[in-house]
Amino acid sequence: MKFGVVRFPGSCDEVDALMACRRFADADLLWHGDRDLSGVDAVVVPGGFSYGDYLRVGAIARFSPLMESVIEFARAGGPVLGICNGFQVLCEAGLLPGALLPNDSLRFVCRQVEVIVENPGTPFTRGCEAGDTLSIPVKHTTGCYYAPPGALPDEQVVLRYAPGHNPNGSMDDVAGVCNVGGNVMGLMPHPEHAVDPLTGSADGGRLFESLAMVPA
Amino acid sequence: MSLAAAPHRELGLTDAEYDGICERMGREPNALELAVFSLMWSEHCAYKHSKKLLRLLPTEGSHILMGPGENAGVVDVGDGLAAAFKVESHNHPSAVEPFQGAATGVGGILRDIFAVGARPIAVLDSLRFGELDSARSRYLFDWAVKGIGHYGNSIGVPTVGGEVYFEQPYEQNCLVNAMCVGLAPRERLIRSAAAGVGNQLVLLGARTGRDGIGGASVLASAELSEGDDRKRPTVQIGDPFEESKLVECCLELLERDLLASLQDLGAAGLSSSSSEMASKGEAGLDIDVSRVPLREADMEPFEIMISESQERMLCVVEPARLRDALGLCEHWDVRATVIGEVTATRHLRVFDGDELVGDIPVAALVDDVPLYDLEPEEPDGPIYPDPPARIGEGASAEECLLALLASPSIASKRFVVEQYDSIVGSRTVRRPQTADAAVLALEPDAGSGALAVSIDGNGRRVACDPYTGAVEAVLECARNLACVGAEPLGLTNCLNFGNPEKPHIAWQLTRAVEGLRDACLALGVPVVGGNVSLYNEGADGPIYPTPVVGMVGKLPEPSALPLAGFAEAGHAIALVGVFEPALEGSELEKLRGRLADGLPPLDLAAHADALVRVRAAVRGGELPTAHDISEGGLACALAECCIAGEIGARISLEPGEAALFGEGPGGVVVAGPRAAMEALDGAIVIGEVGGDSLDVEGVLSVPVSELRAAYEDAIPSALAA
Repeated sequence: MKFGVVRFPGSCDEVDALMACRRFADADLLWHGDRDLSGVDAVVVPGGFSYGDYLRVGAIARFSPLMESVIEFARAGGPVLGICNGFQVLCEAGLLPGALLPNDSLRFVCRQVEVIVENPGTPFTRGCEAGDTLSIPVKHTTGCYYAPPGALPDEQVVLRYAPGHNPNGSMDDVAGVCNVGGNVMGLMPHPEHAVDPLTGSADGGRLFESLAMVPA
Repeated sequence: MSLAAAPHRELGLTDAEYDGICERMGREPNALELAVFSLMWSEHCAYKHSKKLLRLLPTEGSHILMGPGENAGVVDVGDGLAAAFKVESHNHPSAVEPFQGAATGVGGILRDIFAVGARPIAVLDSLRFGELDSARSRYLFDWAVKGIGHYGNSIGVPTVGGEVYFEQPYEQNCLVNAMCVGLAPRERLIRSAAAGVGNQLVLLGARTGRDGIGGASVLASAELSEGDDRKRPTVQIGDPFEESKLVECCLELLERDLLASLQDLGAAGLSSSSSEMASKGEAGLDIDVSRVPLREADMEPFEIMISESQERMLCVVEPARLRDALGLCEHWDVRATVIGEVTATRHLRVFDGDELVGDIPVAALVDDVPLYDLEPEEPDGPIYPDPPARIGEGASAEECLLALLASPSIASKRFVVEQYDSIVGSRTVRRPQTADAAVLALEPDAGSGALAVSIDGNGRRVACDPYTGAVEAVLECARNLACVGAEPLGLTNCLNFGNPEKPHIAWQLTRAVEGLRDACLALGVPVVGGNVSLYNEGADGPIYPTPVVGMVGKLPEPSALPLAGFAEAGHAIALVGVFEPALEGSELEKLRGRLADGLPPLDLAAHADALVRVRAAVRGGELPTAHDISEGGLACALAECCIAGEIGARISLEPGEAALFGEGPGGVVVAGPRAAMEALDGAIVIGEVGGDSLDVEGVLSVPVSELRAAYEDAIPSALAA
């Protein structure tokens, strides 16, 4: 099992994501300007401010040469996990429903929150049970999830913020969603920053661990 | 700023300085040369009023790899790793335009760190504003915090700590000091000396524009005054995306050994970076400004030389490595342009194409700058008005405690710290407000143990007593490190003061530097670098004298560190360290509308011993809770432990207000299993954790929920006003 972690100019959490993946599987960085996914079995689109996030979050990264290959990989059923800015990029790319809007506070928020596993049937949550609570930090300015009526069926809600933990005004406390096929997931919390109790929590590791369980 | 209408006085140079320039040049300078001199001889670049005084500070130490004079100080942290750190001010830009002023303050200090080859791993900020009942202070505070977050968050360096105080004398002239810590393998450190005649001078990063022209002289080296809105064009505009590419590109250039030297462009832009590189390398430099990539086509050569456009670095590359270096820059999408070369002339020569437009001996710009002796004079009476009284003399102990917790300088800074990414980099073991110092694991870099970092300085106490107040800043910072078991390796400082040409300010500055010196000597902590920000005055007078002290320390084992909050019911609560609380200069006295004249003297040796004991106690691994006693005294420290731990405490103390609310450096509240507390060297048990209120026998009893409400709501509700 090998993870590929995308590196755009302006990515911030790609090395953290790489280190998190390596706790559970092989992993390497993928350069935004390449088209070759180097034969990886799963792709992580990490957090940060890809291309400065000028214009609109995720809007430029979505057109990078590597993303064209990632989109193809996802459409062929390959597992793709988008974290924070990665979630925004996957929404821009049309791989996930909905969009991320500015937080209701209109401020950046960095905070440890609790999220509840709603759908344990995805490759990213198969190591969890429905109702499990995970403690994972968020850090973003543009994390208020919105999808138009009917665009997000319940089974595509993978994670919800626990009551009182919604940090950004997301619709129905949605913290993470997947596509119809279940092989593409995006979430605003940062599981790569919750893989070691020393730095706060190890709960986020369960997403990478679940993904590493998928047969290569 | 137009040069035609701006002779040397307009540029901030005195007549005597102008004569000195003519003497060193052997002729009158042309307009470009004069512009360069005006910046290089400004207080901001030349430290002309502070350099002699700074020689008092101890700068020798066994851990030091680079001391004052380089872009940042560097200490050895073991396992082949080096930590670089520095604090710098961006006060006047932030007072004129808080968002960009604060943002570019962060950008500038980051560049100082990667200029020595270290990857930035943490930012801390020390901020001062007027009281939050002023609309101007709310505006400056809100936007400065947004600016710091904007830059730090976007570039992927965590903001792990800092401090904010609100005091009336900062109303016009806020302070924004930013500190950065970086890590590097020892062998990757690089100096800024330009060497090797014929080596190429390469400008990296952003295009050069008209932003920040005259920043160091017009803005940073003069008092603020009416009409400063006109100075907005002297404030630089930051682009963290450009800098994030620049960081990665520079670090990879160094990793591949493609650079001979590296320097950031800060105050005075190309002028200072090039002349300082030439001075350190005992070389000369030729620069062709026509090659510099510009934002605006019609810029004058002098504007190109002094522009303070952000996100630029200057490096020296051997001709044989130029191709590889430029190729790597292209990979990172970083603009790289050869703009000149190293010469043996010891002159900075500026060309516009083939035309020589400036020719200045490097020594005249950097080494042979006029230095002034301060003329300190202790003032006869108070310099500052008393703060407005906010509580009556008859307030009960409970009322005092709640008022103190709701005082913005003491109240929770959650509003601030949640706007910063404190976790990127995967090494933050202690996040802001969870312990007294930020703790950063070294393990991701194959090191052992962790670094602890803190930044401290209480201007009001320095105003009461410049010597003792400065000593206290060093002790406070060291004590914060001790509370996580760390031993300081080095100290950086930013001296924020008023106009040093005024005798009473010169006196504050002199006494404060003497205090820093004595405290550093007593603790055995060397000064590895720093920054001076003078002329912090508005129409209402000077700021409180504010030496800000930052320290980096090392601790062996980060897995069982204390938190600032109480951990569980039944734990014994004890005091360790030297604690001699006094009401003079305390927050309670401020709330009562009084500013003390003098602070109680300190026994530095006793404090140094106490720090060793605190550190040993923490390293023993049986201290779930440690929190230093600072603003608001023991009562506020206990309340903070209760709020953070979500549990009460029962305390019994000697009677008297000073024991509860008195301040003074040295005391630490610790808590843990009773047997462990009683076994601690010099500990005095004062109570027990438990219940849901803070009870001080016979004095006060307040539910933790009420403490929390006062502490947490103060800043958000002040801003909502």
